[in-house]
Amino acid sequence: MIKAILIFNNHGKPRLSKFYEHYSEDTEQQIIRETFHLVSKRDENVCNFLEGGILIGGSDNKLIYRHYATLYFVFCVDSSESELGILDLIQVFVETLDKCFENVCELDLIFHVDKVHNILGEMVMGGMVLETNMNEIITQVDSQNKMEKSETFIFQSPRQDR
Amino acid sequence: MPAVSKGDGMRGLAVFISDIRNCKSKEAEIKRINKELANIRSKFKGDKALDGYSKKKYVCKLLFIFLLGHDIDFGHMEAVNLLSSNKYTEKQIGYLFISVLVNSNSDLIRLINNAIKNDLSSRNPTFMNLALHCIANVGSREMAEAFAADVPRILVAGDTMDSVKQSAALCLLRLNRTSPDLVPMGEWTARVVHLLNDQHLGVVTAATSLITTLAQKNPDDFKTSVSLAVARLSRIVTSASTDLQDYTYYFVAAPWLSVKLLRLLQCYPPPEDAAIRGRLTECLETILNKAQEPPKSKKVQHSNAKNAVLFEAISLIIHHDSEPTLLVRACNQLGQFLQHRETNLRYLALESMCTLASSEFSHEAVKTHIDTVINALKTERDVSVRQRAVDLLYAMCDRSNAKQIVAEMLSYLETADYSIREEIVLKVAILAEKYAVDYTWYVDTILNLIRIAGDYVSEEVWYRVIQIVINRDDVQGYAAKTVFEALQAPACHENLVKVGGYILGEFGNLIAGDPRSSPLVQFNLLHSKFHLCSVPTRALLLSAYIKFINLFPEVKGTIQEVLRSDSQLRNADVELQQRAVEYLRLSCIASTDILATVLEEMPPFPERESSILAKLKRKKGPGTVPDIEENRKERNANVNGGTNHTTTTPNAKVAAAASPDLLGLGSPSPLSSTPPALPPTAASLLIDVFSENSPGAAAAAAAAAAPIAVPAAPVADDNFSSITPESLHVADSILADVQEPTDKFVCKNNGVLYENQLLQIGLKCEYRQSLGRMYVFFGNKTSTQFLSFATSVVCQEPLASQLNVHPKPVDPTVDGGAQLQQIINIECVSDFVEAAVLNIQFRYGGILQNIAVKLPITLNKFFQPTEMISQDFFQRWKQLSAPQQEVQNIFKAKHSMDTEVTKAKIIGFGVALLDGVDPNPSNFVGAGVIHTKTTQVGCLLRLEPNTQAQMYRLTLRTSRDTVSQRLCDLLSDQF
Repeated sequence: MIKAILIFNNHGKPRLSKFYEHYSEDTEQQIIRETFHLVSKRDENVCNFLEGGILIGGSDNKLIYRHYATLYFVFCVDSSESELGILDLIQVFVETLDKCFENVCELDLIFHVDKVHNILGEMVMGGMVLETNMNEIITQVDSQNKMEKSETFIFQSPRQDR
Repeated sequence: MPAVSKGDGMRGLAVFISDIRNCKSKEAEIKRINKELANIRSKFKGDKALDGYSKKKYVCKLLFIFLLGHDIDFGHMEAVNLLSSNKYTEKQIGYLFISVLVNSNSDLIRLINNAIKNDLSSRNPTFMNLALHCIANVGSREMAEAFAADVPRILVAGDTMDSVKQSAALCLLRLNRTSPDLVPMGEWTARVVHLLNDQHLGVVTAATSLITTLAQKNPDDFKTSVSLAVARLSRIVTSASTDLQDYTYYFVAAPWLSVKLLRLLQCYPPPEDAAIRGRLTECLETILNKAQEPPKSKKVQHSNAKNAVLFEAISLIIHHDSEPTLLVRACNQLGQFLQHRETNLRYLALESMCTLASSEFSHEAVKTHIDTVINALKTERDVSVRQRAVDLLYAMCDRSNAKQIVAEMLSYLETADYSIREEIVLKVAILAEKYAVDYTWYVDTILNLIRIAGDYVSEEVWYRVIQIVINRDDVQGYAAKTVFEALQAPACHENLVKVGGYILGEFGNLIAGDPRSSPLVQFNLLHSKFHLCSVPTRALLLSAYIKFINLFPEVKGTIQEVLRSDSQLRNADVELQQRAVEYLRLSCIASTDILATVLEEMPPFPERESSILAKLKRKKGPGTVPDIEENRKERNANVNGGTNHTTTTPNAKVAAAASPDLLGLGSPSPLSSTPPALPPTAASLLIDVFSENSPGAAAAAAAAAAPIAVPAAPVADDNFSSITPESLHVADSILADVQEPTDKFVCKNNGVLYENQLLQIGLKCEYRQSLGRMYVFFGNKTSTQFLSFATSVVCQEPLASQLNVHPKPVDPTVDGGAQLQQIINIECVSDFVEAAVLNIQFRYGGILQNIAVKLPITLNKFFQPTEMISQDFFQRWKQLSAPQQEVQNIFKAKHSMDTEVTKAKIIGFGVALLDGVDPNPSNFVGAGVIHTKTTQVGCLLRLEPNTQAQMYRLTLRTSRDTVSQRLCDLLSDQF
């Protein structure tokens, strides 16, 4: 099971956090900091797995991460998940984001938190992998966007925007 | 077209985010956020109804603020309202807010559930999916209660869309995880299994996850999934890479699903059906073959996906542990990966090999890679990988390679990362102990550990080395010599000082013959470290010093001087001061005999699980270590008979080491009550001195003399006078003298009656005239419950008519580490000689245990002392002059002839000690009356010591010949 999915940048600023087990808000922030601390001090070209921090369950859990440009994508998983499988999943996630946002960059994640959550929701649900087929994921996201657009046109009134 | 066009974002949100990003300081950021929160709050509270777009915008802002780590304490109601909207946009943002921000015990759950219920029954797949996602992400108990019936129905309904089925499967899985009791198996279970045949691979993936979890809990209900999973796996593995279209990932067919199917199969043993088994073996072979084929793509994703399946296949092969050819192939494959240029693969290979090492078939094959693994330990740049290498070395270690592996781990320790040092220390300590053939190697290894990584050597480790040295005679001299040499280093770790102090205190005499390590040299060496040490270590050293006084009378003066110095006697630390005062006093007052008894060598420790192993298990979590350990133990049974090398003969002396009260200090005080009446902490000290972490416990174990430190008041002379050699002797001779334990209770009423490795029996008795009450305390020394616990008291004729003994009923169970009290009421009918026998029966680990002990109820217990003046005494003495009324015994002294001790014994015997009666002041006279139910018997006694001849003459006069004889027999044995 996936316990948490965290995305933060090279400075440790969180860009997305999704916990599939309940922690207090304080603990969640501490976990993000702890995880950043563990992951960021690692060299490039070392392996992509390490034991989880104490807050998220220590050596019972693994952190599996990838570093893309300015962002770290970290999945915290228990022993029932395949390490390489999760690496693939991160790749699928990033490729999907890339397709949805056209050359995704950190700013897209900042300004479209809701969209990123939606895309992630199509892949992972309640800590389990829902779908790994990128085309399927994109189809779902597309249809949601269409619905959204048809509705947004009616409601959007730039006048009162602020 | 990109799925998200960049133009349609919300401008207000973008502006807000930009503002935040432009903030120069944390303060500015907080200020901006508070401003925004106030703005949103007023908008939500305002009269004007917000439109969907605005609501969405504000909720997005709140999400962003939450992500930055700020608490959001409002907006929940607005989010719940969004759920009931008909617009997708609003509903979706409402659900997003709830799944990120609402925790499982929110008050709003009922409202949320209502909205979910509507969406689930809407038949709109998009809405149904949103609702299912929300249930799965929040996963609260209330939600499980509300939807445990609906979700399975949706999952197996014929008309449910694929995407909804996927969500329903994972939603059910989540509910089963959080509230298994609320999700009963039902008719849907069989239909869920058939989802493995579904056309849509996404549905199969989700269903496989669900079935894997359910099968772990109810393997029988999902047995049929094995054949379906094998069939599905076989179709994937043999398909051309294009067959599965979208589910082909970088030329690998459905890798994720393959992995999940292989995981599912790991819930079961190898299939019994030969056809299915053959098909599975074929699949596994195909996967292994594919690993040797040239890659279809140079991209790392291709090899990743391929190897993900491969590693899972290897896990399954290891799990089945039944096909030697597959196991060997798996081992070879992992061996290749050990040298792969991809770090991830080396990491995973090391990890998989750990499990392979515990298989009978492949243990030897794994061992062939030892050089590669050692090399990994030395050259890997990544600590994660090095850690796996340590794990694997630990797993592959056996007698044949233990020395090499321990040496490599030790040398790695010098440069190891701080984060894993403690674990390595524990592992080295365990391996060194487990595979030690000669214990000199063990001692060297542990001392090296302390030298290299002293800070990471936990108490458990140095306790353990002391336990082992004490339990093994053959290594004591070597240990003393080695610690002595190690202590020569100008700077040595405090842990070494502890071990050194302890071992020299116990066994320093073994090396004292060499002038280079003469007593004085040893002492000076230890004392040179004293001032650099912490308080607990200094306390331990003080105990070592007093032990030195016993071992080497020639350094007594030097040590007393040290103890007498102001820095000890007036030390600000109470424990140190007390030890100094008491040890000094003890060394001045006590005779060499007493010293020798009090400061005797520590008795062997009872065998127990290595405290280090327990610690490693704690550290690594329950799942990781035992696997290797259990497997290892089985193998050890034949390979290495030495796992139980710490076995010691049952020895009750341990009790003497740690139970302060056995020394019978002074008059009854709360501090010197009987051991059974001790608070539980002290009682458990008896059992597990070394698993306590407090310095106090260490101190208690530090020296047999430590109990002296118990009375809080300064030790006064008369306090010491009551430490009779007799009572000390008692502590010494508890050595389970099962046949005649009654001797030692003749002059006292409290103490340990019996002890073996399972059980300790303590006593506390009170007598008044012809009645007595005995409190028997049964202490369970193990961690396991005693079952069917029962006791009975047997009085043979003629005793049965002379003594009434009524035990009260006791509970049939004694919990591990607990103590059970039984009260026995006693009445003396007439004078008697024999002893009643206490039979104890209980089940421990399925085996019936029988113990029989004589109860120390002796005739003298029914004495009432009688004070009288000289004249009266001689008058009565003359009245009892008939030949059968007097019994006399002349005997040699068995103990030193100390006046105070003798007095204490006579008083303990029950008579009044009469001063100034006998014209010869060195004689003792006493008087008392034995009360029985039927009669009273007056008794007079006289004891004449002859110190020159080391002889005593004891004369008893009573009105009844049998009483005279019995009392004389009882008392004669006490001197």
